[in-house]
This record gives sequence, C-alpha cells and structure tokens, in this order.
Amino acid sequence: MEGLERILGEHRLFVGLPQPFVALAAGCARNVAFNAGDYLFRSGDPADWIYLVRHGHVALEAAVPGRGAVMFETVSEGDVAGLTWLLPPYRWDHDARAIEPTRALALDATCLRNKWETDHDLGCEVLKRFLGLLVQKVNAARFQVLDIYARHY
Amino acid sequence: MPAITEPLAPAEGDPMLPRIVRVGKRARDHNGTVTLTLESADEMPLPTFRPGQFTMLYVFGVGEIPVSISGDAADETCLVQTVRAVGAVSQAVTELQPGDTLGLRRPFGTAWPLEDLNGRDVVIVAGGLGLAPLRSVIYHVLANRARFGNVALLYGARNPADILFRSQLEMWRKRLDVQLDVMVDHADSSWHGRVGAVTLLLPRLAVDAARATALVCGPEVMMRFVAAGLSDTGIPDSSIWVSLERNMECAIGLCGHCQVEGLFVCKDGPVLRYDRVRRLMGVKEL
Amino acid sequence: MSHQPVVVGRDGLAALIAALHSDGFRVLGPTVRDDAIVYDDVVTVDDLPAGWTDEQDGGRYRLKRRADNALFGYAVGPHAWKRFLHQPLLRLWRAEPDGTGMQVATDAKPTERFAFLAVRSCELHAIAIQDRVFLQGPYVDPHYQARRDGAFIVAVNCGEAGGTCFCVSMNTGPKAATGYDLALTEFPGEPHEFLLEAGTERGAALLARLPQRPSTPADAERADAVVAKTAGNMGRHMRSDDVPDLLLDNLEHKRWDDVAARCLSCGNCTQVCPTCFCTAVTDANDLSGATERTRRWDSCFSQNFSYIHGGAVRPSPRSRYRQWMTHKLASWVEQFGTSGCVGCGRCITWCPVGIDITEEVSAIRGDAPGGGHGRA
Repeated sequence: MEGLERILGEHRLFVGLPQPFVALAAGCARNVAFNAGDYLFRSGDPADWIYLVRHGHVALEAAVPGRGAVMFETVSEGDVAGLTWLLPPYRWDHDARAIEPTRALALDATCLRNKWETDHDLGCEVLKRFLGLLVQKVNAARFQVLDIYARHY
Repeated sequence: MPAITEPLAPAEGDPMLPRIVRVGKRARDHNGTVTLTLESADEMPLPTFRPGQFTMLYVFGVGEIPVSISGDAADETCLVQTVRAVGAVSQAVTELQPGDTLGLRRPFGTAWPLEDLNGRDVVIVAGGLGLAPLRSVIYHVLANRARFGNVALLYGARNPADILFRSQLEMWRKRLDVQLDVMVDHADSSWHGRVGAVTLLLPRLAVDAARATALVCGPEVMMRFVAAGLSDTGIPDSSIWVSLERNMECAIGLCGHCQVEGLFVCKDGPVLRYDRVRRLMGVKEL
Repeated sequence: MSHQPVVVGRDGLAALIAALHSDGFRVLGPTVRDDAIVYDDVVTVDDLPAGWTDEQDGGRYRLKRRADNALFGYAVGPHAWKRFLHQPLLRLWRAEPDGTGMQVATDAKPTERFAFLAVRSCELHAIAIQDRVFLQGPYVDPHYQARRDGAFIVAVNCGEAGGTCFCVSMNTGPKAATGYDLALTEFPGEPHEFLLEAGTERGAALLARLPQRPSTPADAERADAVVAKTAGNMGRHMRSDDVPDLLLDNLEHKRWDDVAARCLSCGNCTQVCPTCFCTAVTDANDLSGATERTRRWDSCFSQNFSYIHGGAVRPSPRSRYRQWMTHKLASWVEQFGTSGCVGCGRCITWCPVGIDITEEVSAIRGDAPGGGHGRA
C-alpha cells in the first residue's frame, strides 16, 4: 500500500496534493497489468475504474463499420485512459486496448467519487486537474480536426 | 525584344538564370512524394548548401518551384531534394527520371542555426513534409552527436502511410542517444505507434528547457501550435526556430510575392526565429 | 557643387534636348497622349505639353488648357519612370533544345542610355527607393542596373501642386534636393525662362554648352517662390511620423473591412505607383521545344499573388488592401529604411473608386472627419 501511495503521489494528476488525500486515493487503487491485445474497457461498459498508465501503450478506439477500429488517440506512461467516469451516467464511450504489455494503476471510480463528495475542497482540486487534462485533449482533438497535414503536406 | 547574343551566363551572374543539372537517382516515398538526387551535368561542382536552405527547380516549359534540400550537407557531390506533387510544376518535378535534365537556381535563404546547437539540448519537431528540410539537420546532429546534450526528434504525420523517410526513422529510433517519437493524427489498428496531436508529446520532452534549442518545420498551423507549446514548456522564444513558407518566385527578394510584414521569406527566411515571427503567425491572412 | 545656377530660355531648353541626343541619350519626357501626360520619347521641345495642366482628385484625372505656355505646368500623370528602369515586361532568358539537353541564353544587355526630362522631386525619391530595392540588397537585379547606370536626370521643381499631391507630408518635395544631374524651375509667361542648376559635374558640363545668362538673386527668389507656392497648395495631407506603428498595431482595425467593401482589387494603384516593384514570371513554349521565361509587373491585389500549394494566403480583398498599404507605409521602412510612399498621389487619382490612402490612414488613426470607425 505504501508503494501505491508513492506511485500515485508522483503521477502528474496527483503530484502536490495533500498526503492524506493521496493516501485516501491510494486506498481506492490497485496495480493492474494487461497483455497486448487485452481491453482495459469497452464502449458501453460501466466506467468503474480509472486507469493511470504507468508503462506500456494503450489505443483509444471507436469501431467504425467497414473501417474496423479507428484509433483516435493513444495513451502511454503518465497518461490517463478514459474520462467519462467523471460524470453520470459513468459509462465508457470508446474502447481502450493495450497495444503492448501495459501496467497501470486502477483507481476505483466509485470510491474516488465518494471521497470527493465528502471533501469538496479536495474534490475541486482533483477536478481542476482532470479539467486541465480535458482541455489538453480538446486542443489536441482540434489539432487533429484541422487535418493540417492533408492539403499542404 | 533584342536578339539573343549572349549564351550561357555563369551561375553567379544573373541570379534568375538557371543552371542545367541532371537527375542522378530518384526515390519514391509516400503519396506522390519523390526524393531526387541531383548531379552536376558539366564540370562545375554543385553549389554547397546549409541545412534549411532551398533551391528553385525548373522543369523546362512547365515552370519553377522552391524545393527543400533534404540531403546531407557534408556530401558535396550531390543535392538531395524532396518534393511532393501538389501542383503542375511539382508534379512535373516528381516525374523526372534519372538522366533527365532540369534547371537549378542556387540554394537560397537562411539556414537552421547549427552553430548555436553546440553544447545544447536539441529539439527537432517536424510535421508532414516538414521533415525534409530537417533531415539535413538530423544528419548533422547524428554525425556529431557528442557535441550536443539530449536530442529529441518528434515527428507528426497525417497517418502511417504518410510517414516520410519511414525506414530511416525506424533506424534512428533504434539509437539509444536520441528520443524519437512519431505521432500520427489517424490510424487503424494495424498501427502500433502513437496516435494524437504531435503537441501532446511536448510536455514529455526529456530536455532542459533553459538550455534547449528547438527547430520546427511543418505546415504553418502545426508550427504555430508546436512553437507555442514549446514556449509553454519553458523554452525561450528566442531559442525556437521555424521555417515559414510563402509564395517564393524569384528567391532573391525582388519579386515581392513572399513578403510578409518586414520580411521577404525567401531571403530573410525561410528559417526564422520564433520571437521575430510569433506575432505575425497569429494574424489571419497576413 | 559650387556651380552658379543659370537662366535659359525656351531655346536653351531646346539646346539641352539636342545636346542630350547628340551625347547619345534616348531622351524621355512628358508628352500628351490619350488625354493624359505620359512619358515618351522627346525629340524636340515641341513634344512637351505646352500649355497643359491636369486636374486631379480621387478617381479623377482631366487635362485642361492653361492660361499660359508653361511646359511643365502639370503634376504627374499615370506613368512613372519605373516603366523604363523596371520594365513592365521583360524576357529573362530563352532556352532551346541542343540535342542532349537545353541551352539557356539571355538577351544582350541594353546599350541605350536614358535621359529623363522633367523628373519631379517625388519621382527622384521613388527612383532612389527602387535603387535600394534593386541595387542595394544582397541581390542586384542586372536588368534594372543596366538601364539605371548612366541615366541622365533633369529634375523639375514643381510649379503646380496636383489635387492629390502630398509630397510635403512625405518630405519628398516639391523641390528637388538630390539625385539629379540638372534641376530646372520654370518661369512661364514672357519672357519664358528656366532657372537651371547642376547637381553633378556632368550636369554642369552640359549646362555650359547651353545658350544662357547668369542668374541673379532675383531669379533665385522667383524660383523659391515657385516651390513655396506649390508647397502651400498640396491637394492632400497625411501625418506620416507615426504611420508604421499605427498600421502595424491596427492589423485588425474595422477600417480594413470598410475599405475592402470599396476596393475592386483592380491593382491600378500598384501599376501607377512609382515604387511598387512586384513581378511575376511566366513561361511560354513553342513547338520546337524552346521555352521562354518572361517577367512582368504583378500586383499584390491579385488573388494568385500569394498562392501556395492549394490556396492563397490572402484570399480576401481586405487582406490584400491591408497588405499593400501596410507594406507601402510601414513594413517598407523596416525593409528599406524609408517609406515606400513618396506622396505623388497617383494611387488616389487612378483608383477607379477614389480610395484615398491619406484618408485611410486618418481613419485608422481615428482623426477622420466624422470618423465613426473605432478599433476592432
């Protein structure tokens, strides 16, 4: 458990948060490992777990009839797979598939949500950090939508 | 007009006069992109160049375009140039075969600041065909690896099929002394690399921002996002360099087509320091 | 230059033209053609526009008879001297198949030397500006250089301010200060006389060959009065000291939309401007396999001007007008150490819808009469 706490405390989403909260969150965490090809989750599944990738490479995909699975983003060390655990109805809206052997910290989403409901200050702090991540991903998606390499290069 | 009486003025005379050179080798890359190895067609050696410069290539009867030099500046026996077919002239250039002749006007423009890289961390960010003019820098950096601190090469492409110089990238990736990441915007499940905006790689750069120099080349929007992202990581704007592209016709600052604010991109650029161009890159239709 | 000015009559002017011819110059000067004063070959003094003047305003140019016989009693017409130094159309080279490849050849350098007669102060400045563009950068334009070298310049101090003139605002006139071999000031009427001053040794040498009388202090006073009167009658004014920063700080000003709604993107302003220098190249082929590359004046008002693979950088008239005006009045200073505008007023006169560069500057500054255009 001490090891989990340290790993969590060093993750970019948790770094600098008060130790008691990190300890609480670590109480909701466990180490998980996936083989290449394993799914962390699939679209439509309940968003019960948050995956903080420690090592490896995970594809976020959506199935498109006739085109198979289209990858729109990959996440790797230091990243988070999945964001829809933050808001109801707590359901995944895409697949997450390990491309290579992947290790991650899985945080029990229900546990985490309950903890910030009882401590709004900490809840606010965590949400701000996830919001930052979300903005980064929205900006990146915007970059992709512009399809900037298409015409000129 | 007066009659023709002066044959073949030398290259250093009239800067608008092309010199005849020959295609030595032709390599097809992806999606209509071709890399030509140009050789001298006479006794005169080819002009030397500094990485970042471009030449004007002329196909007789079709027209002339600026083309990036993508070869090794240390090899003075040939000029290696990469071009993608996007218009009539570039299409004609990509169709040239070994043995064909074409017109060449000197390497023009500013170069990447290679001397300034010594002793520093080096970040190279390329997008799409923007890898071509940066490949000359990569040759230089890898050949003189000990002169630099950490070296990171980030490459963004539209999809796996559009990755330029793919086998070379794969070779460089095996080196332990370079951080090399390739990011594509879109891929299917056969791709085992990264997918997403190339900007997502910036916060993960393993360099010391205070002593890093960044060289960025790609579509202008990409450079805008990337240079701003590099700036956000703490690399000073004065240590970030971009390569602008405008309509370059004469390449000597006289025809006016590439002028943007106080710059003629052909002679004051294409390689420019980000602190000089940051503002103008943000103005629509400037 | 310590040569004393002299006074010549119309016969002295005729002798000047004849002397230039005999020295091998092609003499070019003002003539009347197509209801305008244009620059063309001058064989004798009779080719000059005696008794003509011009009436100019935004989008308006008319020739009118004068009450006197003045030869230089007009302002400026649609022509600028750049048409001779920086030709509208020029063959760069021609290539012919020679069995194994192509043989590229250039035309012989022109051997004719020009004498420009009646170059106004604003035009002297314009020539000096194009000299900087074509001769004083890292690359020299050999075509411009060949035509510019040895050109003999006879300046004329302006006796008449045009309706769109604003050289006083740009510090470019109306009195020729430098850049001429000879400068003349016309005294119309009877006797019809000209004060002639030499600006170079060869100018002085030519002067010595003309029928003349020494000038008196009264002649000098008369000449000063001519330019003083002209300076006081400028048709337009433009505050120019703050313009570069003003424009570059206002690239998103609403006024650009306003002017874009009027601008036809016709490019007239760039063609008549004595400093605009942009060119485009085109190729022409024939059935023998020969190919010819020509250069012609281009305009930043055309959409193709900024074309890069697949599209124009400046697709809108708004961005193109902004490009022209900010280059002329602002970026030019950074590039060449001087404004690109000499206050000749041609762009105002020859704009079919009368867009007035001085008014646009005022509007952006916010000091236009009734200007309701705020900052964006």
